[in-house]
Amino acid sequence: MATSISQLLKNNKSTLLDGWIQKQLTNESLRDDLMTNDELRTQSEELVNALAKSLTDENITQVDSSDFDEVFEILSTISMSRARQGFSPRETGLYIFSLKEALIDLLQQKLSENPTELFELSQKLNRLLDNFGVLTFETFIKGREDVILRQTEEISDISTPVIQIWDGILALPIIGTLDSSRTQVVMENLLQKIVDTGSSIAILDISGVPAVDSLVAQHLIKTVSATRLMGADCIISGIRPEIAQTVVHLGIDLSNIITKATMASALKHAFSMHRLAVKRHETEKKGF
Amino acid sequence: MLMTLSKDSMSITREQDVVPCRNRVKEVAVKIGMGIVNQTKLVTAASELVRNILRYADSGEVLIEVVSKGRESGIRLTFSDKGPGIADINLAMQDGYSTGRSLGLGLPGTKRLVNEFDIKSTVGQGTVVTILKWKNG
Amino acid sequence: MDKIPILRMGPFLLVTIQIDLYDRLALNLETDLINMVHKTGARGVLIDISAVSIVDSFMGRILGNIASMTRVLDAETVVVGMQPAVAITLIELGLSLHGVHTALDVERGMALLQTKHSLDDEMAGDDADDTE
Repeated sequence: MATSISQLLKNNKSTLLDGWIQKQLTNESLRDDLMTNDELRTQSEELVNALAKSLTDENITQVDSSDFDEVFEILSTISMSRARQGFSPRETGLYIFSLKEALIDLLQQKLSENPTELFELSQKLNRLLDNFGVLTFETFIKGREDVILRQTEEISDISTPVIQIWDGILALPIIGTLDSSRTQVVMENLLQKIVDTGSSIAILDISGVPAVDSLVAQHLIKTVSATRLMGADCIISGIRPEIAQTVVHLGIDLSNIITKATMASALKHAFSMHRLAVKRHETEKKGF
Repeated sequence: MLMTLSKDSMSITREQDVVPCRNRVKEVAVKIGMGIVNQTKLVTAASELVRNILRYADSGEVLIEVVSKGRESGIRLTFSDKGPGIADINLAMQDGYSTGRSLGLGLPGTKRLVNEFDIKSTVGQGTVVTILKWKNG
Repeated sequence: MDKIPILRMGPFLLVTIQIDLYDRLALNLETDLINMVHKTGARGVLIDISAVSIVDSFMGRILGNIASMTRVLDAETVVVGMQPAVAITLIELGLSLHGVHTALDVERGMALLQTKHSLDDEMAGDDADDTE
């Protein structure tokens, strides 16, 4: 009579769990700094229980079976949270692969006198757990992507500050490359700030933009046009000599835009548009 | 996998239908929490396409769907009419091209306002335009 | 039928659009406004669109037309109060409304018309003097 894998698993749950925990604890990649041993044990126990509950002699070859939904659920949660906690892919992968080792060990103990069956069952278990491993990686990477996505959003938020540098004058230093999604954020922030402060001049400083190609120029022109539609003027400053060169070589027409080499000269221009003048104080002169 | 969460349709037969249609789209956009800029882009795109129906086909229908894919949700609008159809879609998608009395910004401009744009047309049978805007797209 | 009121303020006309325009209403506004400019000899038109949440290519075209038409009648048109989302959408759509003057709000729009108006008068009064 063939050995029932599900029965075997149910009967030896605690042996399996102990074996697995032992393997995890002795592995050098154990991260007891990120997770306590108790937590690890609870997590592992949950998975072993779910596996013992859902695994039958039929579905061992059917990874897609809906019986494994609970196992998948637990695995996704674990790898997702590990991705966020900063576990490495190796450490996360070892978690599931050490379970495989523990399972095979268990089979070896129980089926030592029947090598054919041992081999067959090991093969099946291998395949099943490899699939679990793949799933773990997929969710782990997804978890990482979430982290990256959140950081990208944060970066684009902090890298587009709009500063009111004078009554009615805004400045927006752009650092980094200007792609279409960045441009959207820049435009939205700038236009909203124009409304909030009632400013009629905006200075867009591009000293921090590494290169201006035709696409970036197009984004700049869009931003300037949108500002104009709102009824404000836009000055582009911080144009480095090499940027001036590429702009002309690429045949980009910036003639409808007020451009200045430095933020200082842009501010000067803005002052004259507002009919303001900066004067040295009289008393200071008397001191000399 | 794209999933449809809700469906709603309205027919377009006269010029006065433009504003209610825009309002309906806006309502749905607000409901799923779309930001004001994306809302405005979507509603403007809808406005352009409804106008196209009225200008070239007299009447048609708009299907408004809330869709989701993974962690993203969005709105899909389908504009169908049984009008004369478009003979050369590539030409119609060029900036500045128009057979009617307009600026010729309609189709290419609309495409720029949304994340996904699809147009199918058969001469003599009608046109179907589908647009999709993601909530954070 | 709805009608958009046109107010007269000295040499200027003021229009505040409070509702979403459908095509007929917008076309009527264009006609009414041009007639009014002609009748009153207004020197400037101010259109406040701060309450308008959607400007599509049709509305954009009407605004452009009004500006060009009033210019033929020697009046300047200023569009004021465009919402940020509307401005971004118009740019993406490809409509930058060249030839239409813009201002942040009614007050600044009026000031803009005022300067253009007085500039005109100066030019008319003293042709030799170049004030630019």
